Amino acid sequence: MSVIAGRVFLGAVLVFLYLPIAVMALMSFNASPFYALPFEFSTTWYTRLAGNAEMQAAAARSLIIASATALIATALGTAAAIALWRFEFPGKRVLQLLLFPPIAIPWLITGTAMLIFFFSVGIGRGTPALILGHVALAIPYVIVVVAARLRTFDPVLEEAARSLGAGAWTVTRRITLPWIAPGIVAGALFAFAVSFDQFVVSYFLATPGDTTLPVLIYTAIRKGFTPEINAVSTLIILASMLLMFLVSRVFRFGGER
Amino acid sequence: MALARRDIVQIAGLISPAYLWLTAAVFLPLSAMLYFSFLSSAPFDGSAPVFSLEHYQAFLDRPLYRGLLWKSIQLGLVVTVICVLVGFPCAWVLAKMIRGRWREALFLLVILPFWTNSLVRVFSWAILLRGNGILERGLDAVLPFDVSLNLMFSYPAVVIGLVHSYLPYVILTTYLSLQALDDSLIEAARSLGARWGTILWRIILPLAAPGIIAGAVLVFVPVVGSVLEPRILGGRAAGTFYGTVIEDQFTAVFNWPLGAALSFILLAVVLACLALTAPMLRKAQT
Repeated sequence: MSVIAGRVFLGAVLVFLYLPIAVMALMSFNASPFYALPFEFSTTWYTRLAGNAEMQAAAARSLIIASATALIATALGTAAAIALWRFEFPGKRVLQLLLFPPIAIPWLITGTAMLIFFFSVGIGRGTPALILGHVALAIPYVIVVVAARLRTFDPVLEEAARSLGAGAWTVTRRITLPWIAPGIVAGALFAFAVSFDQFVVSYFLATPGDTTLPVLIYTAIRKGFTPEINAVSTLIILASMLLMFLVSRVFRFGGER
Repeated sequence: MALARRDIVQIAGLISPAYLWLTAAVFLPLSAMLYFSFLSSAPFDGSAPVFSLEHYQAFLDRPLYRGLLWKSIQLGLVVTVICVLVGFPCAWVLAKMIRGRWREALFLLVILPFWTNSLVRVFSWAILLRGNGILERGLDAVLPFDVSLNLMFSYPAVVIGLVHSYLPYVILTTYLSLQALDDSLIEAARSLGARWGTILWRIILPLAAPGIIAGAVLVFVPVVGSVLEPRILGGRAAGTFYGTVIEDQFTAVFNWPLGAALSFILLAVVLACLALTAPMLRKAQT
């Protein structure tokens, strides 16, 4: 494959990936509610959005749940990652393997299983159930990202600190945590994204009239298109792209230059 | 190696919160679902649970469920093949033909959509594919003849939406394995007179296989259990798959035990797929 053909191919794939998103963003500024052309610039749908209390309440709930998820999953996941890195102990392989089911099993299965269990034990559906579920989905991501950062950390540094008389907590707080801070930040942003963009699991765990933003959008789409959805969708895409751009700044996952 | 007592306390203290949470929110729910799948009906009215195999029997007896599972597996295969055929050259160009800052920027561009909201991306295709939609008008403007392109609520629409959702996975994993591939191997083969086809077949593909297979599994597994893309892009006629039937049991029909049994059969398919590819996936990790 010649270099030019290769670049054209890559370009075509990028067009495929971004065209629908770009068209949606453009249409959110089109005056016609039926995507009619010619294009006529208007911010009507964003103004409408500003007056849509239901949409705003769902957005606020999504943000609260995603923040709580990021906070809890990062704390629990970082602690587990440090222990898995620092010690050799029986059963460690099993614990590492147990991180894969939440990532690998289709969300449809995890979501319906959570619905059954939470209903049976009396937690039911709603915000607590959503946080419980989202944190579980995010923990493996945090552990994997923090573990990747820990692999670049020389254990000799911990030993040196310990031999100079520092206790386990001091070593962790003064030596280990500062080194892996970029990994922790990236893990937290991932956890936030896992929760904020989550649809399938939320769909089963949210209560009608008390939903997250993606679930509300889904309900609205199934009732029939409204251009307001374009507007809110465009804002969501922009927000998550910004978030992932930030992740890429603190945590390089494209390999070496 | 013997562990000191204080080490054991430390390990337990650091690890147990995360794993207790996973147990409460993933492993116990999966167990509860397995239990439910053997119940005749959901025990929410206070009646004593009646155990039965009827829901698994229903899967075996009724061609509807078996047919839909097969249809979903086929959909998974089609989407996986397309993703590999498009993703492999893409990863190759990124890993071997572009250098420096451009590579980093383009790589980020390729995987960025993947971390954006999947629902929104599927919805954006709905705008494009509608009859008299943007795509049809755009093609009409460019091509000299009249095109009539109403892909919305069709099988191709579902496939397009799924490829769009999962293509970045294949590009990511293939790219990582191609990056580890030593260019001097290719040069050596070339200087010995090997043709491009031979080099691709005998050197590049075997060495990149773990990455390609890892990507393929990451696509296949969620596609077999997909709900969103069939619902939004397939509509009523073309959008009935195994996953949507499971969803119906929980949100429309309220036959939770049947839904649980169907979910577990899907889980068995997923686990079989992971087990088959596990040796390859382990290679991809190292």
